[in-house]
Amino acid sequence: MNWYAGIDVGSLTADAVLIDEEANVVGFAIIPTSYDSMAAGSEAYRLALERAGVLEDEVSGVVSTGYSRARVQEAQVARTEISCHARGAFHIFSDVATIIDIGGQDSKAIRVGPGGRVLDFAMNDKCAAGTGRFLEVMAGALGISLPDMADLALASTVEITISSTCTVFAESEVVSLISQGRAPADIASAICRAIAQRTAGLAARVGISDRVVMTGGVAKNQAVVRMLADKLGFGISVPEEPQITGALGAALIARANSAS
Amino acid sequence: MTDFQAASKMRELMARYYFEAKTTKEKPIAWVTSGAPVEFLYAMDILPIYPENYSAMCGAAKVSLPLIETAEAAGFSSDICSYARTDFGADLTRGGPVQGLPAPSFLLCSTNICKTVIKWYEVVARKYRVPLFIVDTPFLHDGLTRELIDYTSMQFEALERFLEEFLGRPFDRERFQEVLQESYKASNTWRKILELGKTRPSPFNSQDTFIHLAPIVTLRGTPECTAYYQLLYEEIADRSRKGIGSLSKEKYRALWDNLPIWFRLRRLANFFEEHECALVVATYTNSWGGLGDDYNPSRPYEGLARAYLSPYINAGFEHRINYLATLVEEYSLTGFVLHSDRSCKPYSVGMYRMQEEVSRLTGRPGVIIEGDMCDPRAYADAQVETRLEALFEAMDELS
Repeated sequence: MNWYAGIDVGSLTADAVLIDEEANVVGFAIIPTSYDSMAAGSEAYRLALERAGVLEDEVSGVVSTGYSRARVQEAQVARTEISCHARGAFHIFSDVATIIDIGGQDSKAIRVGPGGRVLDFAMNDKCAAGTGRFLEVMAGALGISLPDMADLALASTVEITISSTCTVFAESEVVSLISQGRAPADIASAICRAIAQRTAGLAARVGISDRVVMTGGVAKNQAVVRMLADKLGFGISVPEEPQITGALGAALIARANSAS
Repeated sequence: MTDFQAASKMRELMARYYFEAKTTKEKPIAWVTSGAPVEFLYAMDILPIYPENYSAMCGAAKVSLPLIETAEAAGFSSDICSYARTDFGADLTRGGPVQGLPAPSFLLCSTNICKTVIKWYEVVARKYRVPLFIVDTPFLHDGLTRELIDYTSMQFEALERFLEEFLGRPFDRERFQEVLQESYKASNTWRKILELGKTRPSPFNSQDTFIHLAPIVTLRGTPECTAYYQLLYEEIADRSRKGIGSLSKEKYRALWDNLPIWFRLRRLANFFEEHECALVVATYTNSWGGLGDDYNPSRPYEGLARAYLSPYINAGFEHRINYLATLVEEYSLTGFVLHSDRSCKPYSVGMYRMQEEVSRLTGRPGVIIEGDMCDPRAYADAQVETRLEALFEAMDELS
């Protein structure tokens, strides 16, 4: 039996996915990147192997992706997140046409054609607004966890707007909303809407068509997904584990490389 | 970066130029913008000095940041052009590779590169209490018009009178024609050099031409400048004939739009080389090519007006998009890089639309990277390199 692995070391989490010859996921892991990205990649990989009960020697190919892709020692090849998310999303939804990936530091919209080929892509500008980091900072300002943020936002009854697009300014805006006694649910909702708005603008740059798939950690936030779907006017499909789509794509590329 | 034998000659030329600038007693010094009609000055033995070129030198030498910080501490906003901030900082501290520029006797600026230069030069004029002559070259929204040519030619006549008054001697039209021809000769040779980028593999890459741009910017109109480009042309043409590429392997061929990122010139050159991507054409370096296309000796100001009205960044989007698409075809490009330069708004505005249109017209992928020509705080290696690698992968998909 041959096994293939993908390791995605991003700015917030390090993810590893192990697949078999038939491209079935046999093990995966998601851990925080923290300060040592190289160690985080290795640790995620080790965990994925352990969970699958596969030895490192049995793995035929490893491809890395994410911000620290060039520093992943276990990988023979590094590819960008664009190619990996496209490959991963296409594997899960073979009729995908648009991918929206919101990661920790980058957000991107990818237009894919037949076979999961990347036709066009757009990435956020250098500002972190609208990324996972933005959401994390805002959750910190509200004093809640990331998973709680979505539930809270969905319970909102009053629509308020965060006008600032800058993470730093938006944080002070959130603090002032708290001090005005606005309901945390409404603030959480405003934060999610700000992300949805920014992401919709990015997606429009590549052109949106059905099926729209959202990947990356922020896709776990139901409120953002729902608001983004409203803004785009399209339903959004989310993989069961959206965060590992990039690592899955990397593993699929490793598998394809060994076949060619 | 490619090693050219001519490079030592260029270093010598530039060293001599700055040495003269720092030591001359007899020649008046004028500070000028990169798009100023410098031929008038060389005709009257005035030494033109380019703050923009000096800022680029500071950027490439990685000393721009402390100068920028000095300018900001003096009250200049971090939102203004980093060339201007570097220059203000260098002027305040006598900093940079030649310890600041020599004081100007007067200033000459043209608005064909941006409108920031008006305020920038007003600041300098106030500080040194010297006259400022502005050549106003309106933006070409829909191409050249007779009115624009006449309007600009009239200003050249006024510049003539300004120089006569300033120097107290008549303007030398004969000498002016000689300088003009010298300038046009150099500019045409520069264009011939750049067109050798069409050769596969390309005998040079754009990072080389960013460096070899210095004489055409600062010394055009002098015989030394013309001779230098002839020398460089012969060397590059020889490489081109022999099929010697600037990279050991040329898998991709791309265009660079906008100014270089001076403080990352070498790192990016290495990065492109590692990925076997040759940058073979740049809109920025092209701007100094073909200035003499409309030369008519009996009406020299008209041709000059056309040339100085027509830089790439002084023209509308439709023109730019079509021009980029033409370059993609002519240089057999596999993709293009648009540098959204935080400092250079006129060069960067509308880029998303341009990327979309050029891709649509050519079927080639492009990428926008965010940076700055002189302010390293506006640049992130990882973000830019991820986007560039995504472009390489997109070019793979389409090949």
